[in-house]
Formats: sequence, C-alpha cells, structure tokens
Amino acid sequence: MNSLQRNKKLLGTPYFIWCAFFIIIPLGMVFYYGLTDRNGSLTFENIAAITQPEHIKGLFLALGLSFLSTIICILLSYPLAMILSAMKVSTKSFVVFIFILPMWMNFLLRTMAWQTLLEKTGVINSVLTFLNLPVLKIINTPSAIVLGMVYNFLPFMVLPLYNCISKIDENVINAARDLGANSIKVFTRIILPLSVPGIISGITMVFIPALTTFVISKLLGGSKILLIGNIIEEEFTQASNWNLGSGLSIVLMIFIIISIIITNIFDKGGESNFL
Amino acid sequence: MFLIAVFLYAPIITLIVLSFNKSKTRAKWGGFTLKWYGELFNNDAIMGALFNTLLIALIASVVSTLIGTIACISIMNLRKKTRSLVMGVTNIPMLNAEIVTGISLMLLFISFNFRFGLGTILLSHITFCIPYVILSVMPRMQQLDPHTYEAALDLGATPVYGYIKVVLPEIMPGVASGFLMAFTMSIDDFIITHFTKGAGVDTLSTKIYTEVKKGIKPEMYALSTIIFLTVLVLLLLVNYKPVDKPKTAAPKQAA
Repeated sequence: MNSLQRNKKLLGTPYFIWCAFFIIIPLGMVFYYGLTDRNGSLTFENIAAITQPEHIKGLFLALGLSFLSTIICILLSYPLAMILSAMKVSTKSFVVFIFILPMWMNFLLRTMAWQTLLEKTGVINSVLTFLNLPVLKIINTPSAIVLGMVYNFLPFMVLPLYNCISKIDENVINAARDLGANSIKVFTRIILPLSVPGIISGITMVFIPALTTFVISKLLGGSKILLIGNIIEEEFTQASNWNLGSGLSIVLMIFIIISIIITNIFDKGGESNFL
Repeated sequence: MFLIAVFLYAPIITLIVLSFNKSKTRAKWGGFTLKWYGELFNNDAIMGALFNTLLIALIASVVSTLIGTIACISIMNLRKKTRSLVMGVTNIPMLNAEIVTGISLMLLFISFNFRFGLGTILLSHITFCIPYVILSVMPRMQQLDPHTYEAALDLGATPVYGYIKVVLPEIMPGVASGFLMAFTMSIDDFIITHFTKGAGVDTLSTKIYTEVKKGIKPEMYALSTIIFLTVLVLLLLVNYKPVDKPKTAAPKQAA
C-alpha cells in the first residue's frame, strides 16, 4: 500500500514541474525585472515609479472605475439573482442560458459593438435624435469604460450570486416569517448574510479583471484615458521597458492581494473558495 | 430583467446586423447583402486565425485535462500541508491578473529563448487552463468513496485498471466540465495570447484586436454571426439533455 501511495504521488510530477516552470519561475522573473534596472543591479526605482503623476493617475482611475463597476454589478445582479432563484425550473434554465450565451461571442467584438452603439453618430444617438432627446456623449469617457466593464463582467456576478441564493433553504426563510419577520427583515437578516459567499466570489471575479483590463479602456475610452493596465501593456509592447513594466505589475499584484485579503475578511463564514 | 437582457444582447444584434451591411464602414447602412459570408471563406487570414484558435483550444484543453486529472489523483494523496501549498499555487493563474500572467510568461519565453509562435501560445494556454480542470475535478474526487477503489484492488484489479474502471466513471462529469471550461477559456482568451504570440501568428482574438485599429473587416462580423448561431444551436441541443449546466457555464467560477 505504501509504495502504491508513493506511486500515486508521483503521478502529479508532470503537473508540479509544470507549475514550477510556468507559474513560479515566470512570477519570479516579474519580480526580478521589477526589482532591477537595465544593467541588472538591484533597485526600487521601478516600484517607486508608481508615484509618477501619470502612473498614479492610471492606478487610481483603474481602482475607481473598477470599484464603481463592481458596485453597479452587485446592484444589478442581486435583484436579478433573487428573481431567478424564485422562478420555475424550466424558465430558470432558459434565463440562465440567456445570460451565458453572450459569453461565447468574442469579447473583443462585443466590446467593439458598443463603440458602434455609443458613437456620436451611432445607433443609440440616432434613436435619441429621432425621438428629439438630447444625445449621449459618453464614448471615450470614463463612463463608457464603466459601461464596458459592467457589460463584460455582469454574468460573473450574477452566476455565483444566483448559485448561492438558490441554495438557501426555503425552510429557514419560512421559519423567519413564522417568527414574525417582515420581508425587509428576512432580506437583511437571512438572505443577505447567507449570500455573502456568492457576493465575495462575484466581487473577486469582477473587481480584479476590471482593475487590470487594458482592452476595454482602449476600445471604449479612446487613446487618452490610460488605466494602469494600459500603462503596463505599453511598457511591454511599445516602450520595451520591461523593468518598469514589471515594477508596475508588482504594484498591481499588491493591490490584487489587498483586495483578496479584504474580501476574505468579510467572508467570515470561511466558505471562501479562494486560497 | 428585460432591460438587462436588452443590455446584454444589444451589441450582439448590432454585430449580426453589421454582417449583412453592404457598406464597408460601421457608420452607415448600405443595404442588405450576403456577400461577406461568401468572402469570409476566401479570406485566408481570417480562416487561418480561426484554424489556429480551434487547434490551440483543442490541444490545450486535451492536454490540460490529462495533466490536471492525473495531478488531482496525486494531490488527493498528498499530506495536508503540501496539498494546500499545491492548491495555493494552482490558484495563482486564476486569481492573478491576466495581464501579469501574460507578461510573466512572455519574460520566461524570452529568457529561455523560446521561439514565439503557436508553441508558446499553446504552453501558456495549457498553463492557465489546468487550474480550471483541477478545480472542477477535485470536488468529484473528494466525494469519491475510497473503498470502492480498494475493493476493486482486492478483487484483483491492477491499480491502473482500477482507476479506469472504478474511479474514472465517477469523476467523469467533473472531467468533462473541466474540459469544456478549458476549451472556452482558451477560445476566448485574448490578453495572454497577446503577450505570448509571435509576429505573424494570430488567433481570432488577436486578429480582431489588430483590426480594430485599422477598421474591422465585415467578414469578421459574418464569422462571429456564424459562430454565435453555431453555439446557440449546440447549446439548445445540449439543453435538452440533463447536463450539469451551471458548472460548465460559469467558466470563471471556482468550484
């Protein structure tokens, strides 16, 4: 039995080697480049570079926009998830299907389509002018980026929330009602606390991709609005300053870790799926 | 509810409408045409990118399903401390920003003198697909009753035979949903491919990205309409069978 156990452990060797080579070493290289200058000597300049006005602006803008998008996603998803979990099974699977379907369309194309919709002479504005309403001017503004983020990441908030809410035992809610709780109280004392794990995994799945995106901002924000993701991307693909790019990535990773820690603190139930 | 559905589908309808647009620019409607659908099949660049995308997604999902499933067997048998360490490392590509994963792999390939191309894209895709496989196989593994496997061994099955006959059927739903997740993640990936592809090699995503700057060719809209309808039909077919749908459907969701 003992040798069998050892053999089983050995089965994982390809994966462990893969992990070491393609996850750990690459991360180590980001740290190496981030902490050295072009000549290879140790420096903290690349990390300190985050305080340059252009970089810090990109970071704060990214933090702000992704925070806002996450909030909007929660506000939109919560009622939706509640409606969904109250539906009949047949309609339910149909609605879930409706949510998942768009995710199979290339996300670049979908985001691009918003360009067409939002443009000054785009579809939405044509309709608005036709109805004699004032035109929207949100393309190439931060609002367009928020819209793109909400659009792209909404399903990632709806699905975990829905999974979580639909698992809540009906009897618990009925018991609360029997004990005299009104709808508001049932929501704040029963449903909301029990859906925390769903909110947490939703936040992780929306906030981090939104924080680090460079595609949405590039497509909908025009070339003038730079998020931290755009700055890092340009350091690598255009400026070829890998050291600076890596340094900024380290800063970005620190923010990701902070956001994971914060969400884990709120997830006191210990049911977190992460880490 | 209805409004959100409109919000989700507005861009898709736009794309479908554009694929029938006679005029080449996005801005105006030049009448109905089917010619982009015909030209699509003569456009070598797009067809090549489509082929690359499918090839990479297929190989990456098969390889990552194999490595991931086998790794699960071994992870289950690790001591608790080592196990949580391995799971922690497994979580890195899922939690970390894609852009960081992308550049870290790019730095790796550069320093080890890999030739950028399909190979590097494939290696990166396998890397970020394995965690999804492990996370969907693992819960199945944990629900497994170890005694059935031991019983098989007592009855004279060799370990490998025992795994194939006893364990594999039990964990199959997890393996299948892991495979599907890996496949969709790979097809839809842009960011990591963007950093690890070489010049001249394109997947659909990177092709679209370069075209955005120059103006997207209408053939691309035609292709995405075809893909969308294919997926729609496939999903409708699958929907009639009892499949563990929410799991396969929420790719980013940790199981």
